[in-house]
This record gives sequence, C-alpha cells and structure tokens, in this order.
Amino acid sequence: MKPTDRRSFMKGSAAVAAGLTFPGWGARVARAQAKDPIKVGFLTPLTGAYAAEAADQQTGATLAVEEINARGGLLGRKVDLLVRDDQLKPGVGAQKAKELIESEKVQFMAGGFSAAVQMAVNEQTKKAKVIYVSTGQSNEITAMPDWSPYTFHEAINPFISAHAAGTWAANNLGKRFYVLAADYAYGHQLLDGFTRVAKATGGTMVGSANHPIGTGDYSAFFPRIQAAKPEVLVLANFGKDQLNSVKQAHSFGLKQQMKVFCPILLGTMRREGGPDIFEGVYGSTTFYWELAEKLPSARRFVDAYQKRFTRLPFDYAGYAYSGVRLMLEAAERAKSLEPDKVAAALGGHAYEHYKGKQWIRKCDHQSFQDVYIIRSRTAKEQRGESGIFDIVARVEASESLERSCKDLGHA
Amino acid sequence: MTLDLLLTTLSAQLFTGLVLGTIYVLLALGLSLIFGLLTVVNFSHGSLYMLGAYLGFSVLSLTGNFWLALLAAPVMLAFLGLVVERSLIRPLYGRSIDDPLLLTFGLSLILIEAARLIWGKLGLTFDPPAALAGSVNLGFIYFPSYRLFVICVTAVVVIALALFLGRTDLGLIVRAGTRDPLMVRALGIDLNRVWLLVFGIGCGLAGLAGVLAAPMRGVYAEMGVTVIIESFVVVVVGGMGSLAGAVVAGLLMGEVVSLTTLVAPKMADIVVFIVMAVVLMVRPSGFFGEAGLME
Repeated sequence: MKPTDRRSFMKGSAAVAAGLTFPGWGARVARAQAKDPIKVGFLTPLTGAYAAEAADQQTGATLAVEEINARGGLLGRKVDLLVRDDQLKPGVGAQKAKELIESEKVQFMAGGFSAAVQMAVNEQTKKAKVIYVSTGQSNEITAMPDWSPYTFHEAINPFISAHAAGTWAANNLGKRFYVLAADYAYGHQLLDGFTRVAKATGGTMVGSANHPIGTGDYSAFFPRIQAAKPEVLVLANFGKDQLNSVKQAHSFGLKQQMKVFCPILLGTMRREGGPDIFEGVYGSTTFYWELAEKLPSARRFVDAYQKRFTRLPFDYAGYAYSGVRLMLEAAERAKSLEPDKVAAALGGHAYEHYKGKQWIRKCDHQSFQDVYIIRSRTAKEQRGESGIFDIVARVEASESLERSCKDLGHA
Repeated sequence: MTLDLLLTTLSAQLFTGLVLGTIYVLLALGLSLIFGLLTVVNFSHGSLYMLGAYLGFSVLSLTGNFWLALLAAPVMLAFLGLVVERSLIRPLYGRSIDDPLLLTFGLSLILIEAARLIWGKLGLTFDPPAALAGSVNLGFIYFPSYRLFVICVTAVVVIALALFLGRTDLGLIVRAGTRDPLMVRALGIDLNRVWLLVFGIGCGLAGLAGVLAAPMRGVYAEMGVTVIIESFVVVVVGGMGSLAGAVVAGLLMGEVVSLTTLVAPKMADIVVFIVMAVVLMVRPSGFFGEAGLME
C-alpha cells in the first residue's frame, strides 16, 4: 500500500466518521430531549422505624407513574420513578435530593415522611426550582419562611390532625389527655395541637413525654402515665414506634385504665400487630380502603392497587399515589414542564384522585381533605386480613381546621 | 402526687427498669466474657442480638413452638460464633486491639444488610407464647407475665454462668486464661479451643438476648444498633472483662434509664453516658475492672 493511499484512507474515514457522528449526534440529542423519560425523584425512608409505610408509599408512587405511562406518558414522554432511601435522616434526605436534582436532573420530586426530612428536601427543591409534592405531615412546609412556590403538601398536617381528631376525641373519649410523642417535629407539633384542643374543649393536658424515634421499650414511661390518670392516652408517634408503644401499653394493662388514641392510626401496623393488641384503640386517618364501598374514586384506586400489588392500600400508599399524580397531571394541564407553569396549574386546583374531593389552597399549597375517625376491629369483627377498622365519624374537609393564610405568614 | 401514689409509681418504675436491665446484662455478659479472655472488642454483638431475634422468629414460624425458638436461637448463634472465631477472628490474634474491632464492625454491617435481604426491611412481629401473654397484678402495677419470665431466665443464665466459671474445671481454665494465657499454655492446655468455646458462648448469649427481647420490642434489622452502644457502656462501667461488673452495671443502667424516664424523659437517652463519665472519673477501670487491662 502506498503512503498516499493510507493518508487518503485516513482522511476519508475521518470525514465519514465526522459526517456520521456530528450531524447525527446533533439530531440524536434533539430527539433524545423529546424522547428521554421524564424523571420523578421519590424520597422515602425504606429502612428504619417507618419502613412498612415507606414500602407502601413506594407502591403508591409506582402505580401513579405506571398509570400515566399506560396512557402514553406525560406530554408524549415516558415517566421514570427514581426511588431513594432517605433513612429518616434530614442530612441523608438533603443529600439524596441534591443528587437527584443535580446528577439525575429530575423534573419532579415527591415523598418525604418525617417533617424534618421534608424540610431538608424542600430546601433543595426550593433552591433548584423543582416541583415538590410532600407526602408526610408537617406544619412548617406550608408556612413562611420555609414555604416554596414550587412545593405542595398532599398530606394533612399535625395542626389539622389535632384540630379534627383531637376535638372528636375530647368530645367522645374523654377530656383528660396525656400525650406520649415521638421526639421530633411531628410529635412536638401534635403535642402543641392537643394542648390547644384541650384548652378549647374545656379539657386538661395532664402530662406529656417525648421518646426518641425508634425506641424499643416504652415500659419506663408507663408508671408516670398511670399516675397522671388520663382519660385518653394520645400516642403521637408513627410506624414501628406506634406498634411497639400500643403493644406494650396493651401488655401493661393501660387500656383498662384509659382510652388509647393514635392521631395517625396506621393500617400497616394494625395489620402486623393484630386485633388483640389494638383492641379498643381509636385513631384517625385520611384514607381507609373500605371507603371504596361508598366512593367510586376509592373503588377505582383500591381495585387498581390490589390488581397490581395483590394487597390492599393504606393511607400512605394513597398519599404517594395522589401526590405523584397531582404534579404529573398538573404538567399535563399546563402542557409544560416549566416549574412556574406547573405550579400555576396546581394553585387552587380541585381534584378527586381516590378518596373524595380534595383541593389545594392557593396561598399556602396545603391540600384539604376529609379526616376519618376509626376504631380498630376486634378479632371477631375483623373482615379478612385487611378489614381492620370501623369508620366511626367523618370530619369534613374544611379550611377552618387549618391556620389562616395570614397566620402562616402569607400576604 | 400523694406519698402513696409516689411510692406506687416509684416501685413500678424500678420494676420496669429491672427488665430493661436484664437485656443489658445478657449482652454485656457476652461482650465482657469475650473481651476478658480474648481481648476482642466484639462490635458485631448487636447484630448477633438482632440475628438471634430473626432466627428465633423463623424457628417460631416454622414450628409454632416458642420454647424451641428460645432454645434454637442461642444454639444457632453460638454455632455461628464458633465459625466466626475459627475463620475470621483467629487469624487476628496477636495483632493490635483495633483489628478485630474493625473486622467485627464490618461483620455487623454485613449481618444487618443480610437480615434485610433475607427477612425484608419491614420488621416482624414476634408474639409471646399464650402461657405468658397475660399480665400479673403485683399490687402496685399490672406487669406482663412475659417480662417476669425474662427476669427469671436472666437470673438462671447468670447463676449457670457463675457456676460454670466458678465450679467447673473448664471454668477454671477460662479464668486462668483471662489472668495469664502464657502460663496456662505452659501447663499444656490448648487455649485455642477454650477461646473458641468462649466466643461461642458469648455469641449464644447475644442470641438469647435477641430472642428474649423480640416479643417485647419487635424484630427489625436495626434493633441492635443502639442497644449495643449502651451495652458497651455497661461493660465499661462494670469493668472490662468483669462478669460481676456486667451484671451489676447492667441492672444499674436499666434502673437509671427507667428512673430518668420518670423524671426527665428527654435525658433518658444520654443518661447512660453521663453515668459512664462519672464512674470513669471516680474509678477509671469501672466497678470491678482491673487497672491496666486496657493499656
């Protein structure tokens, strides 16, 4: 082979290579932007004391994303769900949120359980102008100064919870409260709420104590609680902590001396703990699957969920399902992924995803929804593995249950 | 609060503290036994405790027999201990104290992840047997029968261990090995086998603590994480390597946590460390520890 031949061969192949790559490359990038999946980041504490509810959240979010993909995706693009474990730690939540925003370039964020983790995630999404729907209880996330124009709160909060459920408990179970609360924002805010409710209903707060998240043994709290002689013991905790504290209160005979009330009475924990441990326990929730007997939207959700995961959905599966759907459908209505346009489509939006009417208050982005008072069924009353609660009362969704926009620092 | 009510509350509090203490005692005994003889700081002890609870759960769900589970969990853990000592710890004898510490720390992380893989991340519920499900009226408190049972089992284990170490030939060798391994070897005794055995017993005690705690506290992968730190504190307060120290300090810590919960619940988490700091200031080697063991 002559040298010139080789040189021309090199030139030619380089040209061909360039011709193949560069124009094509540009086109591929353009196509990729239109066809690349839309990414939804989802943070939830897959390990630790709240793992059961986190697993439910993951399934709920998965269902919402699968439903939108089944009908052709969002704006013609597939939606990917990226689930990360926040380990119930604000630092980890912030770091994972940052990673999702910066490396994965997620367009949407949802999830968050602990009020503290939500605030950490909120700080990241606020800075990066990413739409975030939080699906756990928090008083601060809708209030100034932490409020973000891009953050929406699908779950109720401790203020609403205490106001709706606490008032019911005071009027129906007894007016002497003792609050045993998990030692973080959620527990503290519920204690404040129940203290307010006690005052408003003419009751008394006979005592309170905090326990760290993940406490294994609650027995040391009991003598003091028994000595205070409350009519209602409020267990302002969540996940495994709820199960362990109810179980130990049961084995120490506390339920013979007082009513036990769980502001978020969890189906996951009740199913795990069984009817005896929870016998006589009251609480509240924003969704219980037997609502399907009355509400068509609940029927559709429960059937779809059961078909996909072969079990029944509880409240936190519902929050995640509805929360993810909420922001994806807002982008659909806005016909855009621009955070400002999506946010505009969400403010004041009314919807019924799975449990009756809900709406987003424009000023603070809180979603208003019904609260149900439930009672654990006894072994005799229980229907199947998941027919575990009786709905004893419904507190209708109302903005009067929440602080006013002015109270929250919104103009 | 009237005096009468105060006394009732206080005695109830002391009694609940006793049960908290028994779990510390069982964990600290295993840690102290292993440290005393092998000078290995076994950081995987908390994970072995967790594994005891899980294995107990599996045996219970397979056979439906709680007593079998109670027996099988410590035996399986003791066996696991033998394997770990023989394959992982033994090559590290003669090295600095940090090496087995780091190894067992890594092992504990592996065991936690393994438990998540095998049994899931959700945690499991472990019911006490029907015979122990009720509660007993002690006059000042309704106390769950199961917790009384835990106190009895712990007492039996402590007495059995004391008899083993104090009255048997093998116990004599173990004690002698703690004092002066070189001399024991010079007498023609194979200490490797004794070390193996003691490591197994220590791990078995962790398994027993786990399966005993399971019906009270539930079963989850992270259950050993905080309890092991507190157990180390108990060992340090009682005196590294001292079994009497483990028992006394374990019960003391249970009571201290319980009484602090009564007065200032927020402090209950850190009070064990305050006690440790105070004890170490007054007695640097703990209640029953020998000076110089850690240097």
